[in-house]
Amino acid sequence: MTDTSLIVASSEGRTRRSWAFTAGAVIVGLHLIIGLLTLVWTPYDPAAMSGGRLETPSFAHWAGTDRLGRDLFTLIMIGSRIALVVGTGAVIIGAAIGITIGLIAAFASKTLDDVLAAGLDILIAFPTLLLAMLIVASSDGASLWTAIVAIGIANSAIVARLTRILAKRVLRMDYITASRISGTSWLGVVAIHILPNVWPTLLVNLALQFGLAVIAEASLSYLGLGAPPPNASWGRLLQEAQGTVYTAPFGAIAPGIALVLLVIGINLLADGLRDIADPTRRRRR
Amino acid sequence: MSSLLSIEGLSIEAGGQTLVSDVSFSVASGERLGLIGESGSGKSLTALAAIGLLPEGLRAGGSVLLGGKQVVGARDRDLVPLRGTTVATVFQEPLTALDPLMKIGRQVAEAVRRRARRDGQPSDETTITREVLDLLDQVALPQPERIAKSWPHEISGGQRQRAAIAMALACRPELLIADEPTTALDVTTQAEILDLLGRLVRERNMALLFISHDLPVVANAVDRVVVLRHGRIVEQGPVGTVFQQPSHDYTQSLVAAARSFDNALEIAP
Repeated sequence: MTDTSLIVASSEGRTRRSWAFTAGAVIVGLHLIIGLLTLVWTPYDPAAMSGGRLETPSFAHWAGTDRLGRDLFTLIMIGSRIALVVGTGAVIIGAAIGITIGLIAAFASKTLDDVLAAGLDILIAFPTLLLAMLIVASSDGASLWTAIVAIGIANSAIVARLTRILAKRVLRMDYITASRISGTSWLGVVAIHILPNVWPTLLVNLALQFGLAVIAEASLSYLGLGAPPPNASWGRLLQEAQGTVYTAPFGAIAPGIALVLLVIGINLLADGLRDIADPTRRRRR
Repeated sequence: MSSLLSIEGLSIEAGGQTLVSDVSFSVASGERLGLIGESGSGKSLTALAAIGLLPEGLRAGGSVLLGGKQVVGARDRDLVPLRGTTVATVFQEPLTALDPLMKIGRQVAEAVRRRARRDGQPSDETTITREVLDLLDQVALPQPERIAKSWPHEISGGQRQRAAIAMALACRPELLIADEPTTALDVTTQAEILDLLGRLVRERNMALLFISHDLPVVANAVDRVVVLRHGRIVEQGPVGTVFQQPSHDYTQSLVAAARSFDNALEIAP
């Protein structure tokens, strides 16, 4: 039977982690609600000059106004939506490509595996942003989609490498051999054993990738390679506020806070997700 | 009696190095054969080669006939139908023999469902569940309903090994390969698992290929033994003959070692 102190310790750890999960879920949920809300309603028309230029925060303009007199809070709300769309899109693309390549590498012959592993290492050594810039530059022009695809492809290398290592570890287990002996095909083994065993670790990693994708999108937009105007990405808001950062610092602080808050929320959520995905870490009933 | 598994001149090589050479033996249906040898003597590799599941990088030569089909050099796809119908395996380490992220009931159910589809029997949820509980009961697991709903980490090592045996039985194989099934267990549990295996093999008239380095364990579990050393067979024959009048030096030293250990235990207070 298990030592009592062990149960107490793990249940304490669990309380802390579920607190993290709740906080993360609240923050990400808030961004999600705001992002969805902008589809039907915003406090002001995002393109209209609704106030004076570079106003400080007030009751009418919660985050002040930018140098054209547009309501900054409206723009940040729209930025939420863009960040979530890019994050989700990039993670889906990254996961689809990454998991497929990772599984192929795990099952491949030694030569193909070595080639794929070396290719992934090179891709990972390449800075994500540079890779994304190359992809954006080689397409017709910057748009929301090129940003999503570029970040997704850059992320896929990390997902692929992780999937490959995790799958290889699972493949060495006796239950895979036992399952093979009882007549399961390789595809069956992937569906029944490998994906469920790889999933908890992968899920946490994908959530972290989501946070990185949000930051990568802000960086691309900051460099003018993200979604073009009128899409108010946080990165572009930061870039626009740069010229007036000494006279009106809140123009840079407000989108910065929104960005940091979302990334922290996602990281907290990722921490809590592992417990939900992995039954061996769940509390005994 | 026809041979279920017949190995002729089996050799296993890894990068120019010979790990197993000129191994020949056969297992008739219903027969219990022990494969003994020290660690690294090639007993587990021989068993893996018998079902065509050698790790990558190892090459088998010679001939392995499993249920009348040639295994050496066969494509994996052709071997899938053989596995399960003809042979199933119980492994040494019960912790890694069960998928940690699947409840016991579901793991056994997967094996039962594959068997049911293979034999064209009904594979609806109620039939499967009934058979899963029945199997858990046959391997003498207490409270089958509770065990079926447990995760592998929630039950003990002996219970896990019983669950692994239930999974192997679910395939209704003609030959059960037990690769050191009791090594990771304590002595009491070991005896229980051996009794269980012995009873199941008799009841179901299965052949048993029992792999172990533990002489007394093998002596009680099988009819005939094959002694392996450095990848070669040094002796084989009925268990009584081999253990009472060992002809090869190595077997003699093994038997002597086991005896002196027994004597030491009897002298000890």
